[in-house]
Amino acid sequence: MAKIYSTPTPGKKANDMNPKLETIAFLLNYSKALSVIPYKSMKFEALLN
Amino acid sequence: MKNVLTSDATLVSNYIQGDENSLAILIKRHKQRIYSFIYSKVYDRDVAEDVFQDTFIKVIKTLKKGKYNEEGKFLPWVMRIAHNLVIDHFRRNNRMPKFDNAGEFSIFSVLTDGALNAEKQMVKDQVHNDVRRLIEELPDDQREVLHMRMYQEMSFKEISERTGVSINTALGRMRYALINLRKVIEKHNIILTN
Repeated sequence: MAKIYSTPTPGKKANDMNPKLETIAFLLNYSKALSVIPYKSMKFEALLN
Repeated sequence: MKNVLTSDATLVSNYIQGDENSLAILIKRHKQRIYSFIYSKVYDRDVAEDVFQDTFIKVIKTLKKGKYNEEGKFLPWVMRIAHNLVIDHFRRNNRMPKFDNAGEFSIFSVLTDGALNAEKQMVKDQVHNDVRRLIEELPDDQREVLHMRMYQEMSFKEISERTGVSINTALGRMRYALINLRKVIEKHNIILTN
């Protein structure tokens, strides 16, 4: 199939893009839920929802 | 206003000490640059979203574990993580090509044709014909056993019953049939590979 050059390539808008709000919200919630428990020389991750 | 004044280093330090809001400020401050950087490499919003998320998961884990080495270079550090994850994404996709829904749709990218192409089919037919002709040259008893075993997929027990000889004789005839075929193939340098 022929390529259609009349539509802008997706790369042109690459500079003004933002991640979805859900992604950000997930990351902030993940950060709150994650706790790192040190034990001797080891570190354990725990997700507490 | 406070966001602009507080340096990345301070925010990182605050976050490590438990101030979750600092992370929100850091993400808000840098999300556009990081996301745009990822998108400029992968050209797929969903993939960019995934890589962005993985990047910050790694950032969060590293910071919480106290493994981050503060040198006042938070953004370049995050960009490096994003860059590495983009490379991982492409490596993974090379191993397992996936259906690309973003650009022009090509049905051939998802369908594979298991059939041989015309040339390979011709070579295969040629090889099969050559093998048949070679088999025709074998002594009758050997040809009979080989034909029953290979083309009719009979067991040696069935062959022995059908031909009225013992299983060992049938096995021996098969063995000699193969030896004779190999001899002729080697003698005449016949190539029977596809």
